[in-house]
Amino acid sequence: MSILVDKNTRLLVQGMGREGWFHAEQAVDYGTRYVGGVNPGRGGGAALGRPLFNTVASAVADTGANTSIIFVPAPFAADAICEAVDAGIGLIVCITDGIPVLDMVTVRRYMAGKDATLIGPNCPGVISPGKAKVGIMPGHIHQPGRVGVISRSGTLTYEAVAQLTARGIGQSTCVGIGGDPIGGLNFAQCLSLFEADAGTDVIVLIGEIGGSAEEEAAAYIAEHISKPVVGFIAGQSAPPGRRMGHAGAIIDGARGTAASKITAMEENGLTVVRSPAGIGASVAGVLDGNP
Amino acid sequence: MKIHEYQAKAMLRDHGVPVPAGSPASSAVQARQAAEALGGERWVVKAQIHAGGRGKGGGIRRAASLSEVEQCAGQLLGSRLVTPQTGPQGQEVQQVLIEEGCDIAQELYCSLFIDRGAGQPALMLSPAGGMDIETVAADHPERIFRTHIDVLLGLADFQTRGLVANLPVSVAAQRALAPLLQKLYDVFRAKDCSLLEINPLILTPDDRPVILDAKIQFDDNALFRHPDVTALRDPTEEDPLEVEAAAYDLSYIKLSGNVGCIVNGAGLAMATMDVIKLGGASPANFLDVGGAADADRVENAFRILMADPHVKAVLINIFGGILRCDVFAEGVLHAVSKVAVEVPVIVRIAGTNAEEGQRLFAESGLNFLVADDMADAAAKVSQVIRAQDGQ
Repeated sequence: MSILVDKNTRLLVQGMGREGWFHAEQAVDYGTRYVGGVNPGRGGGAALGRPLFNTVASAVADTGANTSIIFVPAPFAADAICEAVDAGIGLIVCITDGIPVLDMVTVRRYMAGKDATLIGPNCPGVISPGKAKVGIMPGHIHQPGRVGVISRSGTLTYEAVAQLTARGIGQSTCVGIGGDPIGGLNFAQCLSLFEADAGTDVIVLIGEIGGSAEEEAAAYIAEHISKPVVGFIAGQSAPPGRRMGHAGAIIDGARGTAASKITAMEENGLTVVRSPAGIGASVAGVLDGNP
Repeated sequence: MKIHEYQAKAMLRDHGVPVPAGSPASSAVQARQAAEALGGERWVVKAQIHAGGRGKGGGIRRAASLSEVEQCAGQLLGSRLVTPQTGPQGQEVQQVLIEEGCDIAQELYCSLFIDRGAGQPALMLSPAGGMDIETVAADHPERIFRTHIDVLLGLADFQTRGLVANLPVSVAAQRALAPLLQKLYDVFRAKDCSLLEINPLILTPDDRPVILDAKIQFDDNALFRHPDVTALRDPTEEDPLEVEAAAYDLSYIKLSGNVGCIVNGAGLAMATMDVIKLGGASPANFLDVGGAADADRVENAFRILMADPHVKAVLINIFGGILRCDVFAEGVLHAVSKVAVEVPVIVRIAGTNAEEGQRLFAESGLNFLVADDMADAAAKVSQVIRAQDGQ
């Protein structure tokens, strides 16, 4: 089992440019069922042996796509997300980095009450090893298994996954929720999906400085999650007031510090790893019953 | 992106928000001329630096004559103003703002910002103006009033009416304040602000609201659609190495340690800083070379790191996903052939084609220490730093 993406995924690529094309090809190689692409003005053509459409609505009508991955440039990405929601796409993964915050506020408002899940933006996407890859992560470092991974980061997630795979610990699904201050699926929502997934035994939560999502996740875990959770927070050595690459990674006054997040995690029963080099070993310990 | 107070006030004035008459000056003589042009009998001379806490640092002076204006401006201009937010080295004052003095009956606080948890803009209003709002929020939460703003509706009349009704001010003042809040939100929305803070927002004795200080920050992601805002950038307020890095499209932040790092991805870059610190050394920077770490970017990254005299060692930590480690290694070897790298370089590369990349480093004949994983990299870094400290 897994969450969000699997063998039933029917993937549409919005923004079939150089990057979209490359990652669509990688997804196909991984075994993901890719059904077509959307490029306004280039409908009627083909990409990787599947049709290109002008609109998401026509693509859904023709292919039965239920998932989309967005590579549309930042100025137009919010519109692309709303188009996918309007067309009835159930899972929307937005890879695009640099979307204006107020655009994402508007997208969130538009999505309220609608039956769609957004992952990202500014994220690596979602992979259920051995089943489907809807993202830009390197597929080969993953291995099917029973550990769920949730993270605000890209390469740091790969690092954690590689540590797991190196120890022979496979993953059920790995979800990168993105590094922006306003996004779609949050930690708590993702945790509840893993809690309900019979194929996940342990959850790894990789957070970072900025905002209070990790504190809220820790409180949510204490209330609603029965599975063991291993947590790591990046940015323990970051200075206040500086944006550490990700738009959302900033300590604002005394808020959003790594210390606050680590304390919240420890107080709510998570196994907290201090060193990013120790994530794999910590999960192995939890699986062996020695956290 | 941050701008100066005088720029923020000009922007607000353009949107019909009442701000005191004033103009910036970059010399004492100019300051005197500005005060003369304003007329009146008293003026305020305000140092223009991006950091807050200027009042506490002595950067805001009152003057009762033109010669006093000239004197205050002369003292401030060219000096390094130290405030609680600048750090001990302070920030050089290159401009002052000369404003007419205002009669203050009451000081209020108002800010607009993005509430990340709620995913909406929020407006915060308080009768405790002129004070540190974090302190007010901690000690007197009942003196802070907030509302979230639905971006599809805007800041509605009923919301501003309800908010100002909480303030201990006259009905006339309430009637003047409510539309002012909406004008501030209009600026916030139109210019893609991430923060718009008015502290204090004063009431004059005849109940007129005036913006006495204004701090505006903009969403960097939205600058592409605001060339007028981008034009207000003052690079002298930023670290010169950071300005240079931005020109090369590198995400770089200078820190105070001695281990330079080159990493791909923001989360991994933060984690790399953490592992250096846990190993007993201290990071000299945050640097994300991004997904396309080609030879040019790596070369520029090395150039920036080597321009920092505190850097005693460099740690390269790359997780090759789409980026192939052998291609990256070739880029690094090319870069060090062009930039003089005279400190030890510890390399940790993993992911796609990692073995091939490691072999290229090992066989280069250069001073590279190849690490197996992050833990090994951190250990090698602290060894190198300890060995240098021991010399």
